[in-house]
Amino acid sequence: MLPYMIKRLVSLTISLMAASLVIFFVIEVVPGDPASFMLGLNASPETVAALRDSLGLNAPAPMRYWQWITGLVQGEFGISYTYKVPVSELIADRFWVSMPLSVYALMLSTAIAFPVGVIAAARRNSPTDVSIMGVTQLGVAVPNFWFAMLLVLLFSITLRWFSAGGFPGWEAGFFACMKALTLPAIALALPQASILARVMRSSLLDTLGEDFVRTARAKGLTRRQALWRHALRNALIPVLTIIGLQFSFLLAGAIIIENVFFLPGLGRLVFQSITQRDLIVVKSVIFLLVFAVILVTFIVDVTYAIVDPRLRRARA
Amino acid sequence: MTDMNVEPSLRMGVVLAALRTPSFMIGLVLTLVFLFAALLSFVWTPYDVTQLEIANKLKTPSATHWFGTDAFGRDIFSMVMIGARVSIAVALIAVGIGIVIGVPLGLLAAARHGTLLDEIVMRANDLVFAFPALLMAIMITAVFGPSAVNAIIAIGIFNIPVFARLSRGAALSLWQRDYVLAARVAGKGRTLISAEHILPNITNLLIVQGTIQFSLGILAEAGLAYVGLGTQPPLPSWGRMLSEAQTMIYIAPHLAIFPGLAIVFTVLGLNLMGDGLRDIFDPKLRRAR
Repeated sequence: MLPYMIKRLVSLTISLMAASLVIFFVIEVVPGDPASFMLGLNASPETVAALRDSLGLNAPAPMRYWQWITGLVQGEFGISYTYKVPVSELIADRFWVSMPLSVYALMLSTAIAFPVGVIAAARRNSPTDVSIMGVTQLGVAVPNFWFAMLLVLLFSITLRWFSAGGFPGWEAGFFACMKALTLPAIALALPQASILARVMRSSLLDTLGEDFVRTARAKGLTRRQALWRHALRNALIPVLTIIGLQFSFLLAGAIIIENVFFLPGLGRLVFQSITQRDLIVVKSVIFLLVFAVILVTFIVDVTYAIVDPRLRRARA
Repeated sequence: MTDMNVEPSLRMGVVLAALRTPSFMIGLVLTLVFLFAALLSFVWTPYDVTQLEIANKLKTPSATHWFGTDAFGRDIFSMVMIGARVSIAVALIAVGIGIVIGVPLGLLAAARHGTLLDEIVMRANDLVFAFPALLMAIMITAVFGPSAVNAIIAIGIFNIPVFARLSRGAALSLWQRDYVLAARVAGKGRTLISAEHILPNITNLLIVQGTIQFSLGILAEAGLAYVGLGTQPPLPSWGRMLSEAQTMIYIAPHLAIFPGLAIVFTVLGLNLMGDGLRDIFDPKLRRAR
């Protein structure tokens, strides 16, 4: 297990370095002079020079990259140009909206997809299976932000069960916050649950065709017992991959959904920063999100190795 | 199984199988409807969408305006038709970028399997995979400003590793086949073998994946346009129509319905077609499921 872990950690570090290089290159090197970009066309040369000085842009690019990276490691993201506060503070507040939203959506998606996929597989080709597959086919095709608008139309405007948007802040209490995040989480989760249910079903059908399931049936287990005791556990590996992948989709999707519901998360922050041309904030938020994606991939890989020892030997 | 005369009967078989696959046919019809609407919009739309008629604003669907009108009195049916053009063009070009760059990279990596080149190509792919298309688009628009072209680039870049991985994986198994071995013995180079023997044999896979990426591209374009990072006014796009509808959802909910349905049916059509094609190209799968 240890060599495998080390190998994966090295590749995690390389991915992070490469990702940070790409982000740095696109945001700080491609626009030419970030200072004049941030200030726009009408800025006087003195203001641009002053900003360049205060941002440390006079240093050569490799040096700036190094400072950025060493800062990141210590949790220093720099000072936001528009908000005049440390970027880490801006991010910390909003992180506690985006992250709970993504996790809430992931839990919902898994909780819906799991039983639905199992039922569809257990009753293959029955009317239940066919209608589940039809609904999930539709679910995959629905853009989450449009679904969000439909939810608002039904639950906020017509039924008035939920507010159409906004976030009370965690000091308002856990339940108030979860209530505010419920519609956004459903909007995010449903399309993902459709994908996950389809993967669950086909993975389970694959394992149900395996020899060990036939052996279990020959031993006298009913179809249901064979499914629960033997097939399900083995069908989980591809499902786990998709759950891992979905987390990155959920994080990215959250950026859009936050705009539908006016949630003060990382997504809103990034769009506000783009309109204000605050590249320091954009750079840091994007790095943070990519970091989350890479980290989740790492966790999924390691979980695999724990669940399936064959993978450990094959890859290490 | 005993069919010796493979070529013509195989082609007929594919057509027959297609006609007998209902999901494929439904998908094909849906896709053709939107394709037709998009093409028709170049020469004809019921109303001119550049003409603003404030007197006619926010009309609900009726015989004169099938889908109603928006806040500027523009005909929504006409806007949905033109929006189809934008969505299809953006997604199609993005798939094109993915295939044109990704497939050669994947074939190259497979042909040089196990070498440093293979490793570099695959790690670069992993890196691109770590950037969800939306983050890529945000980064590109933060620097270059929002436009349909930047949306195409962002979605296209995301498609590259998808096709590179797919073609590498498929090509790797083909390199073990006897006919490839025969070609190598005959003295053909790796590039020639990739082009003449590997590529034709992975075309079916590429078509299926292309259909799926096409539908994902339409969803991505709509999302980007919705947050203002895609197609810019005055050209109508489904995503932006929805973001405009959102501000008026209390007074005119019908604005939000039709562009959304257009996205759903186009994506549904492409997905059904992709699933159908996979079944048709791989009869083993059809029997197994």
